[in-house]
Amino acid sequence: MSIDRGDRLPPAFTTPGSASFTEFLASYAPELLPGRRHEGLVAPDAGTAGAHATTIVALTYADGVIMAGDRRATMGTTIAHRQIEKVFPADDFSAIGIAGTAGLAVELVRLFQLELEHFEKIEGSRLSLEGKANRLATMVRSNLGLAIQGLAAVPLFGGYDLQRRIGRIFSYDVVGGRYEEQDHHSVGSGSVFARGSLKKLWSHGLDADRAIEVALHALVDAADEDAATAGPDAIRGIYPIVAKVSAAGYEQVTTAELARHTEAIAAQRAARPERGGAS
Amino acid sequence: MSQPFYVSPEQLMKDRADFARKGIARGRSVVVLGYDGGLVFATENPSRALHKISEIYDRIAFAAVGKYNEFENLRVAGVRYADLRGYSYDRADVTARGLANAYAQTLGAVFTTESKPLEVEIAVTEVGVSQDGDQIYRLAYDGSVTDEPGHVVMGGDAERLGRLVADAWRPGLSLPEAVRLAVTVLGTAEDGTVRAIDPAALEAAVLDRTRTRRAFRRLDAEALAELLATDDEDDDQGDDGSAGTETDAGADAGDDSGPAS
Repeated sequence: MSIDRGDRLPPAFTTPGSASFTEFLASYAPELLPGRRHEGLVAPDAGTAGAHATTIVALTYADGVIMAGDRRATMGTTIAHRQIEKVFPADDFSAIGIAGTAGLAVELVRLFQLELEHFEKIEGSRLSLEGKANRLATMVRSNLGLAIQGLAAVPLFGGYDLQRRIGRIFSYDVVGGRYEEQDHHSVGSGSVFARGSLKKLWSHGLDADRAIEVALHALVDAADEDAATAGPDAIRGIYPIVAKVSAAGYEQVTTAELARHTEAIAAQRAARPERGGAS
Repeated sequence: MSQPFYVSPEQLMKDRADFARKGIARGRSVVVLGYDGGLVFATENPSRALHKISEIYDRIAFAAVGKYNEFENLRVAGVRYADLRGYSYDRADVTARGLANAYAQTLGAVFTTESKPLEVEIAVTEVGVSQDGDQIYRLAYDGSVTDEPGHVVMGGDAERLGRLVADAWRPGLSLPEAVRLAVTVLGTAEDGTVRAIDPAALEAAVLDRTRTRRAFRRLDAEALAELLATDDEDDDQGDDGSAGTETDAGADAGDDSGPAS
C-alpha cells in the first residue's frame, strides 16, 4: 500500500461518491478481497481442505431475534476446533452467523462488519435492515467462483428492523440469493435436524428466556444427529454463542445463563422415558 | 509572446498562505479539549447534517474548520485510510499519528503543487488509556503539524480563543466543566462579554475512553443542556479570575433552554 510510504493520500482515497468499503477496496486494493485472492488456486477437492463450520439457528421472539451457533469446526472427519465462534454482531442492531468454509466465512464477516461501520461513518446514518441484507447478498455473490470450487460460505443474517420495529431473518444461498425467512431458520450441516426441532418448539410471542431455550434445544437436537455439530460442553465449559438482538441492541447471552439453560435442558431430557430424544 | 511577471517564491508562498488563512478565519471556531474521561469537541454549527466533528476510527476523531467540501473530502479519505489499515493489519494498528502524517503529506503537496491551497485546518485526535496518552494533532493548510498538549482552538478568532482556553484549562477537568469551558470560550466576544449559546445551535461530541470499542459519541442538544446546567458550585475551584465568571455564564446559557437534571 503506497499510503505506508509516507506519500500523500492517493486519488482513490479522495474520490467522492461511494460509501461502500468493498467498492473502495475493489478499486484500490482488490487483492485484499476474499473472493479475488484465491482465484485459480483451488484444487477440485478443496471443500475438505479447510475447516468447516456447521450449524446456526435463528428465531424471532417478542422483542427481536435470537441467533445461536455451535462451537465446532470440522476438517473431514476430524474436529478442527472446539471453540470457534460463528455468530457475530454485524453492527449494533444485527447479527450474522456463518456456515461453510470457516476461513472464508470469518473473513466475509469481518468485511461485512467493516462495510456497515464504514457506511455509518461516511454517511452519518445507518443502513436500513433491508439495505444491510442486500449488501450481504452482493458480498456472498462475489464469492461464487470459490463456492463452485467447493469453498462455499453461507451466512444467516438476523436483525432488529428499527423502522418496522420487529425482528427479521434473512437466509442466503451460494449464488447470492437472498430470502426472507418467517419465524425461524437454520443453516449448516445440522440444519435439517435443527429445523425440525424449531418447528415443534417455536411459537408466536416467545419471551427472551424461552426463545434462548428453544434455540439451545434445536442445537442439542442437531448435535444429536449430525457429527459436525457440537452440543453444549459442560465439562469444558464450552457453550454455543447465543446472540439476542432487540431494540436495545446486540447482546451476547452470558455463559452463566447458558449453563443454567443447558442444565435445565439436560435435566428435562434425562427425566423423560424416551432416553433424551425429542423434548 | 508576453513573458509572465517574475514572482519570487517567498511572495508566492506568502500569497497562498494569506489566501488560505483568510478562508479559515472566516468560519466559526472549533474547540477541542481534554477532560478526565477523554476529549470533548464543540463548535457553533446550526446544521444537524453537515458535521465539522466526526468519527474516524475506534479511538480517533476528526475536527475541521474552513471550506466544507474540502475538509469533508479529507474526512472521507481518513475513514478509508483507517478502515483499510485496520482491515489489512489489526484495529489496534490504526493510530492518529499515522493518519496525521498522511494528512500532512496531502495538505503539503496540495499547498506547493496545486493552483489553490486547501482552505482548511484540521485536528486529528486520539484518546489513550489515561489523559497522558491523549493525542491532539493540529494540521495547518500548508501541511505543518503541531502536537497540541491538552487543548486546541482552530478557525475564526483562534488565537484569542486559544489564549482563553489555555488560561482556564487544566488536566483532570470533569466532562461538565470541560463542556462549560468550551461553550463559554466559543461565546466570548473580543471585549470579554460572554454570549449565551443555545445548545441546539451547538455541535458537540466526545471521545470517551471508558467506552469499549468505538469511543466517539455525539452530544445532542438535550445532553448538552444537561451538562451545561449541572454542578454550578464546582465552577470556581479550579479556575481563576475572569475564567471563573465566564464558566458561570456558560452555566446560565444552559438554564435558558433546558431543565437542570
